[in-house]
Amino acid sequence: MQTADVEAERAVSLVYFSTKSGNTHRFIQKLGLSAQRLPLNREDPTPRVEQPYILVTPTYGGGYAEGAVPGQVIRFLNDEHNRHLMRGVIAAGNTNFGEAYGLAGRIIAQKCQVPLLYRFELFGTDDDVAKVRKGVEEFWKRQAQSLTT
Amino acid sequence: MTTMQRLSRVDAINWNRLQDDKDLEVWNRLTSNFWLPEKVPLSNDIQSWNTLTQQEKQLTIRVFTGLTLLDTIQSSVGAPVLMEDARTPHEEAVYTNIAFMESVHARSYSSIFSTLCATRDVDDAFRWSEENPTLQAKSELILERYRSDDPLMRKVASVFLESFLFYSGFYLPMYWSSHAKLTNTADLIRLIIRDEAVHGYYIGYKFQQALAEATPERQQEVKDYAYELLLELYDNEVRYTESLYDEVGLTEDVKKFLHYNANKALMNLGFEPLFPSSVTDVDPTIMAALSPSADENHDFFSGSGSSYVIGKAVATEDDDWAF
Repeated sequence: MQTADVEAERAVSLVYFSTKSGNTHRFIQKLGLSAQRLPLNREDPTPRVEQPYILVTPTYGGGYAEGAVPGQVIRFLNDEHNRHLMRGVIAAGNTNFGEAYGLAGRIIAQKCQVPLLYRFELFGTDDDVAKVRKGVEEFWKRQAQSLTT
Repeated sequence: MTTMQRLSRVDAINWNRLQDDKDLEVWNRLTSNFWLPEKVPLSNDIQSWNTLTQQEKQLTIRVFTGLTLLDTIQSSVGAPVLMEDARTPHEEAVYTNIAFMESVHARSYSSIFSTLCATRDVDDAFRWSEENPTLQAKSELILERYRSDDPLMRKVASVFLESFLFYSGFYLPMYWSSHAKLTNTADLIRLIIRDEAVHGYYIGYKFQQALAEATPERQQEVKDYAYELLLELYDNEVRYTESLYDEVGLTEDVKKFLHYNANKALMNLGFEPLFPSSVTDVDPTIMAALSPSADENHDFFSGSGSSYVIGKAVATEDDDWAF
């Protein structure tokens, strides 16, 4: 694989969804990595991505599998092309929901066979931001290495 | 100073015309989470209750009366004052749900008492709650804001109650649960904890919407007031915690739980967490009692892996996601 392609891959990095409360959006802003936001309105067309990415999603609902993954994320992943470019998932949630903490991430990981990379609460602490920023960078490096060797 | 537009008249509520779709999202979440204490088999805890020492029983009953007081405040004062400040009829309706569920929570503690405890011990604990200075102080700090004419600070106080003040109490049933004691009671408390998360999130969201419309000076002022109130509540909460937990040697870990939850309360308001991770490292068994999957390591980045397993890829359709 060409270096240029590897660079391009890293340029995409993250695709995320955030509701009006904006917690996930705020986490992404703190990361400072390039990211594409999925549309908030269900009526808006779902985008197509062209490069590998990590998905960041909040968890909906009050502790049930049903409805845990936001509809906009489902629509985005129902596009096979988008789904196949996903390399991992990061989920937001709240430990108050018990077993359902970050459930959207577990559902997507299982369904799409990608690793659940990390979970954080609300908009994440500074520690979460530091860990994910470092982790995502190293993750892409490893991906690039495994493609070149 | 921004004056909030209150609903000046009552019109029939139309749930098919929303000003803010978050109202319906949260309404649906709260109503689908509805529960009553009767659904939890509390009597299965009788045997376990009898293994506690008299001191442990007294601590538990006191902790639950303290929680009852907070739920009562939220139900009879907190949610109604928020209703007055509501800017959409749907927001008002969500607060009616919150008010009622807080009554269910308060009712639940009495169900625990009548199932497990001796009447005299419970009466003693209620008397204790009326006389305990730190419990009364936290009640007064919140009620003062509820009685003020500052709608933003009313929401701040409400989020601190929902997302911070309960946790000195919630710690104990999680502790018992981690020691395989009072596990049905812990199940009931987890239902309350789940509700409080939605309440704190929603009230915090409405707070942030209103704050965004204020002038930068006013925003700064409210932010300063909020941190000031949190610290005042925190100091009191530490004293309350010591008065309850010193005798069983749990104070230091309860304080970590306070820090962890104070951070989440601030985040619900859109403010940065205050306590560094060095003081929020709650005992993992408590975290596991709160969120059973929290002990599964999903920090793939640290190289400790995740629990996902490779299987065959499945086609995804809307139906598959049970959405």
